[in-house]
Amino acid sequence: MNIYDAIFYLFAVVTGLSAFFVVTTRNIVYAAFFLLFTFFGVAGIYVLLGADFIAIVQLIIYVGGILILLLFGVMLTNKITSVQIKTGTLQIVPAAVGVGLFAGFLIAVLTYTEWKTVDTALPLTTTEFLGVMLLQEYLVVFELLGILLLIALIGAASIARR
Amino acid sequence: MIQVGLNHFLVLSAVLFSLGIFGIVTRKNAVMVLMGIELILNAANINFIAFAKYGNFGYQGQLIALFVIVLAAAEAAIALAIVLNIYKTFSTVNVDEIDTLKE
Repeated sequence: MNIYDAIFYLFAVVTGLSAFFVVTTRNIVYAAFFLLFTFFGVAGIYVLLGADFIAIVQLIIYVGGILILLLFGVMLTNKITSVQIKTGTLQIVPAAVGVGLFAGFLIAVLTYTEWKTVDTALPLTTTEFLGVMLLQEYLVVFELLGILLLIALIGAASIARR
Repeated sequence: MIQVGLNHFLVLSAVLFSLGIFGIVTRKNAVMVLMGIELILNAANINFIAFAKYGNFGYQGQLIALFVIVLAAAEAAIALAIVLNIYKTFSTVNVDEIDTLKE
């Protein structure tokens, strides 16, 4: 077992376990903080797959942005002084059975499919290629995403202030 | 243990996806449902980037993953605005109790 495999298993265990705790813990603030570890683990997986830029973007946007936003959502929608920040669950057993069956089926399909793989060597850096592609082939998508973000920003502000 | 390859990443993303589905269907709090959606988006991104490395597609997979992250940010902002509005109207974010569009 070489070091690449060891690091993969480390990040996979961190990601899987913290994701498990996200969906099972009763305290919603704990769930948000376990989500932090999940995002870190996924960023590590991205680095192992040679996507350094995406990993950094994952850290900046997910950990720095979306997670903070979710925490604000938690804090603003719970009466912290009066009620415990607990969140109920429902139908655990049928959901666990259904999701377990689904996961087993999915993993079986993914494992037994003969994927045509070409193990390309890890590039040293991907930022330059991504930037060039973003401003050449995918320029329209890039601009549309900018407009979408602007619309989302205005829409979120106007919905939340109503 | 066998050499880590494409299948390992696919299985990890399948596990994340299933956990996200589990969170969405079992949780009552609307913010927890959003966390489940974030897990699912991350699972999809792992698939994109794994195939970008092992499928010989160049950098397109990574670029799509970037787009997914942008969409996830927009989605989280809008969804939380809606959740805040729901909380203002109903004083709860329990998705079981909110079954009308107005008070």
